[in-house]
Amino acid sequence: MRGNRKQRRLFDLRLVIGGLFAVYGVIVTAAGIAASDADLEKAQGININLWTGLGMLALGAFFLVWFRLRPQAPPPDPDAGER
Amino acid sequence: MRQLAEGLRLDVDWLDYTILALYFAVVLGIGFAARRSVRTSLDFFLAGRSLPAWVTGLAFVAANLGATEILGMAANGAQYGAYTVHWYWIGAIPAMVFLGLVMMPFYYGSKVHSVPEFLLHRFGPSSHLLSSVIFAVSSVLIAGVNLYAMAIVLQALLGWPQWVAIVVAGFFVLAYITLGGLSSAVYNEVLQFFVILAALIPLTVVGLKRVGGWHGLSSSLRHSRGDDFLSAWGGTGIGHGNPLGANWLTITLGLGFVLSFGYWTTNFAEVQRALSAKDLGAARRTPLIAAFPKLLIPLVVVLPGMIALVMEPALGRDGSGLAYNDAIPVLMRDLLPNGVLGLAVTGLLAAFMAGMAANVSSFNTVFTNDIWAAYVRKARPDAYYLATGRRVTAIGVLAGMGTAFIASSFSNIMNYLQTLFSFFNVPLFCVFILGMFWRRATPAAGFWGLLSGTVAAMLNYFWLYKQGVVAIPSDQGANFVSAIVAFAVGAVVTVAVSYATEPKPVESLAGFVYGTRSPEAAAPPAPGDPGDAVWYRRPALLGWGAVVLAAVCYVPFSL
Repeated sequence: MRGNRKQRRLFDLRLVIGGLFAVYGVIVTAAGIAASDADLEKAQGININLWTGLGMLALGAFFLVWFRLRPQAPPPDPDAGER
Repeated sequence: MRQLAEGLRLDVDWLDYTILALYFAVVLGIGFAARRSVRTSLDFFLAGRSLPAWVTGLAFVAANLGATEILGMAANGAQYGAYTVHWYWIGAIPAMVFLGLVMMPFYYGSKVHSVPEFLLHRFGPSSHLLSSVIFAVSSVLIAGVNLYAMAIVLQALLGWPQWVAIVVAGFFVLAYITLGGLSSAVYNEVLQFFVILAALIPLTVVGLKRVGGWHGLSSSLRHSRGDDFLSAWGGTGIGHGNPLGANWLTITLGLGFVLSFGYWTTNFAEVQRALSAKDLGAARRTPLIAAFPKLLIPLVVVLPGMIALVMEPALGRDGSGLAYNDAIPVLMRDLLPNGVLGLAVTGLLAAFMAGMAANVSSFNTVFTNDIWAAYVRKARPDAYYLATGRRVTAIGVLAGMGTAFIASSFSNIMNYLQTLFSFFNVPLFCVFILGMFWRRATPAAGFWGLLSGTVAAMLNYFWLYKQGVVAIPSDQGANFVSAIVAFAVGAVVTVAVSYATEPKPVESLAGFVYGTRSPEAAAPPAPGDPGDAVWYRRPALLGWGAVVLAAVCYVPFSL
């Protein structure tokens, strides 16, 4: 299928991972800030929601920054594709 | 497979369900967004061969990181202790590196769409049809078993009725693969990879704190289970007894060489991820990039299994109501507060769906290209095969759901069938490796090698071992031995039949056998990514780096 039409490119996955982890990070961090004593006791005294949330925010930020700094390369010649 | 204990019910609240619902929304969103890029059957089955190496690499490791694998390896950690690392460091890394360094140029360079298609060109229709049919049937079966395993876990953890879990998960997998094909499956696998890590890392951290760190864990396991429990090789001398029921020879040869190479290099559900990479360099890097996370996964899977054993010493004992498979659910129940708990449930569900999706997306490719287009409806326009691929996806998922319902009443039969199919990859690898490196291997030899190797493994397992003709201490040990038998018989038969039959003319093997070049490759190579020359993208460095790291990982467990 060697179309003359310019092939639609697949969207960038970094945006999806970055977005979802940013949202998850906010939710889980908020749960960590509002952690009850029972939550803390269950997790052996670690505020695990807070730490996990911050970790997810960091990962989300990493993907979003990577996406901003190195956008997808322009697609190669659409006719160069195989078949 | 068995019912999980009633006592595993998690205390989930609206926060956890919000996290789960968000994930489902994103999964569907990826399906719809990926749909816009699907124009041809190549887009649908191989993501248009357009994906970057880090995406295919993470999908490669995630396709294997299904929930049955996670729960099963945590269970092995609780049951066998440190021996479980063999499944990773000797039972995966060398084979993944071999796939990237040695085999990928043949797979990707020959532009085949699937592993069976390589057999068609190298050997001929008989071995092609045999392996395609077996692969198609076993994919649907494994998808169904996976779905059933998920239904049991969700019933125990969340109280969902089994049929609800089967229908909901089946529907989501159906939707996103039918819409976006392999791109959508691969993208979701990468997302799943991160979500499952976000679930397992906190679990491990809190668990370690609970048992007093590594020191507390190891001293309490030494006390209760003996020194060998924390050693990878202790007690594996030939003739010694150990819980795994295997010795160093069957571990290295059976698991490390035969089983692992069979799985990682010829299982199309894995290889397909690499075939969707944008160029040969990215395809070779796919399993090599995957090898690095694979090295570290035991830290968040096997370790929690061992932690669970300290927290619940009754785990796996008769009458405790808890099986080894419950190791991770037990930790989730006892250690995670709402929020992270929802993340863990989401990660587990994501892993179940991705495991099933890997089977479905490879099934639709093999069924459409290697069975339907090759033998039933040849030479139709591309749009026809694209539509067929979508229909076959639906049929595959529905058949998987049917299998899941059957599995819920005949789970023992399912276990047998899974064992049976697991024996097929080994002779497949044997035939592949002979075919790739030996021009003399003939079409007839390919077929008979596959068949005889499979039958030999089955005879060894179901007759010699199960009937007690030879004494092997455990199912795992018997598995390793059967694999060695399959490889040996397959190799002997392939060589013998090759000498008795006519080989294919050498011209027709161009690009499929070591030392030949495909006609396309003879042309100047397509301009690859200029960045591929940088040192950290060099396949040899990545590959050997992973092997060395795997060896280093063994050191603390071998002293």
